[in-house]
Amino acid sequence: MRFLGHAAQWRSAAKEALDRTSITVNFLCWLHFTSNYLCSPFHAYGVSMLPTLNVTGDILLADHLSPLLGNVGHGDLVLVRSPLNPKIRLTKRVVAVEGDTVTYFDPLHSEASQVAVVPKGHVWIQGDNIYASRDSRHFGPVPYGLIEGKVFFRVSVVPHTFYVLV
Amino acid sequence: MGSTSFLWNCTKKFVTAAVITVTVTDRFGTVVPVRGGSMSPTLNPKSGSLMDDYVFVEKFCLLRYGFSNGDVVVFRSPTNHKETHIKRIAALPGEWYGTKHNNDVIQIPLGHCWVEGDNSASSIDSKSFGPIPLALIRGRVTHVVWPPQRIGGVESTPPQRLSSVIE
Repeated sequence: MRFLGHAAQWRSAAKEALDRTSITVNFLCWLHFTSNYLCSPFHAYGVSMLPTLNVTGDILLADHLSPLLGNVGHGDLVLVRSPLNPKIRLTKRVVAVEGDTVTYFDPLHSEASQVAVVPKGHVWIQGDNIYASRDSRHFGPVPYGLIEGKVFFRVSVVPHTFYVLV
Repeated sequence: MGSTSFLWNCTKKFVTAAVITVTVTDRFGTVVPVRGGSMSPTLNPKSGSLMDDYVFVEKFCLLRYGFSNGDVVVFRSPTNHKETHIKRIAALPGEWYGTKHNNDVIQIPLGHCWVEGDNSASSIDSKSFGPIPLALIRGRVTHVVWPPQRIGGVESTPPQRLSSVIE
């Protein structure tokens, strides 16, 4: 009799553990889905996008659906995986899309402006602050497949004090 | 009333299953069919056979981007983001690579790799579009899972060694 009582207890504990696990797994899966296919917040910092974004960093929302639907065009702020280091992501502006001719100017390296044609399936990305930005002027046009999201909303400006503390 | 709640339950279960599938596919691994003969004899050895090979693609390599020379990888085409290709990595960032088609030696830029098909006669690869960014890679092919007589691992052989084996 006592043994049966113990068994029932264990069964209910196991059932509860299973329920909790399935809720957690479900939640994590939903999190993955929304942050990879719908929209996700991220922190962008650095001087390359001045004056649009602050040096100390803004919290931005990126929409991951538009790149999948091919809905990224001239002038959009995009979140791009760096072609030079796959582990980091850059926030830049799309200046030209495939087939366009870009005339660009790199004040750090040369005085004259240069002309380039964006090949098929590529985009030309550039920072708003052309004096301190590493972008397509250095590594050339980037494949469209590297675009991870289109920035559409600024959630908040990170206060300067917070940045210094971190 | 009863049928509405039944429909609602079904939809909920279906959506949950779909979301879990997407997560597993993105994070752990997935099975994809191989189209075309650009990777023969490793994949799809017989051209024109009705059965395409299905391969298992693991995604854990994307956490660190730790690839080695000779890995068979799945990547998004640099010229069309809707297409994915399966090729073998021939050179990693910083390495010098002698291209066979025009006897040129080039250094692979940082964060890029050189991909080539095993069947160089019919393969659209780095020979036509140059080195590709590592960030375009979507996974590494580890096993052939279908058809049954071809089940087995896909070995990571650098192309140079492969060509010497054939000779």
